[in-house]
Amino acid sequence: MRDAFAQEMTRLAAERTDLTLLSGDIGNRMFDRFKQVAPERFFNCGIAEANMMSLAAGMALSGLRPVIYTITPFTTTRCLEQIRVGVAYHQAPLVIVGTGSGLSYAELGPTHHSLEDMAILRTLPGLNVVAPADSVELVAQLREALDAPQPTYMRIGKKGEPPLHGEAAQLGIGKANLLREGRDLLVVGVGPILDEALQAAEAVAAEGCSVAVASLGGVKPLDAAFLEAMAQRFHHWLSLEEHGITGGLGSALLEWLAERDGPPIRLKRLGVPDVFLHELGNQSYTRRQLGLDARGLAYTYSSQYSQEIHSSEWT
Amino acid sequence: MIAAAPIPISVADLKATAFTLRQRLVTTSATAKIPHLGSCLSCVELLVALYWQELRIDPANPDDPDRDRFLLSKGHGAPILFQVLAERGFFPLERLEDFGKAGSFFHEHPPKPGYIPGIEAATGSLGHGMPMALGMALAARIQQRPTRCYALLSDGECNEGSIWEAALLAASQKVHTLTAIIDFNKWQATGRSQEVMALDPLAAKWEAFGWHAQEIDGHDFEAIAAALVVARAETERPSVIVAHSVKGKGVSFMEDDNNWHYRTPNPEELAAALAELELS
Repeated sequence: MRDAFAQEMTRLAAERTDLTLLSGDIGNRMFDRFKQVAPERFFNCGIAEANMMSLAAGMALSGLRPVIYTITPFTTTRCLEQIRVGVAYHQAPLVIVGTGSGLSYAELGPTHHSLEDMAILRTLPGLNVVAPADSVELVAQLREALDAPQPTYMRIGKKGEPPLHGEAAQLGIGKANLLREGRDLLVVGVGPILDEALQAAEAVAAEGCSVAVASLGGVKPLDAAFLEAMAQRFHHWLSLEEHGITGGLGSALLEWLAERDGPPIRLKRLGVPDVFLHELGNQSYTRRQLGLDARGLAYTYSSQYSQEIHSSEWT
Repeated sequence: MIAAAPIPISVADLKATAFTLRQRLVTTSATAKIPHLGSCLSCVELLVALYWQELRIDPANPDDPDRDRFLLSKGHGAPILFQVLAERGFFPLERLEDFGKAGSFFHEHPPKPGYIPGIEAATGSLGHGMPMALGMALAARIQQRPTRCYALLSDGECNEGSIWEAALLAASQKVHTLTAIIDFNKWQATGRSQEVMALDPLAAKWEAFGWHAQEIDGHDFEAIAAALVVARAETERPSVIVAHSVKGKGVSFMEDDNNWHYRTPNPEELAAALAELELS
């Protein structure tokens, strides 16, 4: 995803003269081509995220379209007040990109995990919060964000995430897609971890458990029409996010469901429990430990499916 | 297109404007119960010099993309900035009759742009305005506009790390079109600024951060004008003007008395203050 982001930024730099790229002293060599295309519009703002965020807001208020890029905790919680005041309150049209989000940098420790960013940032009025699942969705959302009148926060992964969306997908901000059809359970997820969800769905299919997998694209705004259509079809949902269990996608869906008219939906939230992780390994290891890898998810699907078929309350 | 430069104005007229604004300021503070009077009184001359002598702005066309930008980074000085903007013609003075009333845009800090003509940014949380001004100065460079950017800071605001982050980047980017002015009244909310965070030597700190630094008397119009000319002539470094000032300046019993950070005048104090400002 990082490379797709850098390539798209280079294309965009050639297309639009109002685009600026602000890096928090990361992305060594990654933006060389951007710098060739638009040297005067690339800024290494150093390890000083508060200034970088306010500076970007100032640029946006002067008619530019800044994209701010650094590791997720540093471009979110590190400078939350600058995002709240300079970006969200001013409705400064810019894009904040958090790279290596979730557990992408699991082995770097809790300082580099981002398991609260969506929960915190979706409380800010007027800020889109998106989490593309693959590079194609990233590109679509980035382009839409740069044309939007309001700011967008985008959390992305790192390298090597597989494509998950087909050619027919309608991608953008607040646009959901069904990645896999199913009958018994619905997984509603965001981000590259949906790859695990799809593998798990494939694994349980042999047992007769038919799992649909939806990619929601982000947590704000929610694609209410899509969710409503899913609510008509599925009564048993699992939310999936590489993010803390508190306040993120699962919570956003519970809020939406609570205020919806219609028969109740049972939702189980899958994500990182309410703890800091310090017994470290890489992303795969950590997902496995948390039961968020394909194998762990397959187990969860099976047990939820068993509950569902034995529960008269929900059928 | 912006008028090339402000119309020349005499020091006597600048002083007269400052007196008028001080009268209105203390009156509003008393009637609408608006605090931060001391912080407003310390930067009257700085604002008058900027708005009548320095800034390339057109009150009839406040959104001109080529205009200079002024950001009141010490957003709690909004009560005097609102008076300045009204007197300068950005909106009718009568609009300030709503000051402090429920539902009004005129309260203790500036709102975001779009509600009060002439306001460039919502400030009040310290340490935001100057980095935003830096962003605007960089934008003007990219857009090849003649815009210069100015930020007025308080000395207390120099406690904020974001100010020094911005100072470092402005120097590395050689943003000579950015001028920071520090209303150095030696107080912050609850104590002497030097005792709270050891700011001295303040000008030397900025110089060490790569800025062109000047120290002036922040109530001396000729000194302010001269410093702004020097800052404008800089072609490499951003400029800082450390303006030594007196908190509560212009009203004897408010001068250098930090109680006027939060207090508002009672009717007797208002009468006494106005009597002094009339006599002056």
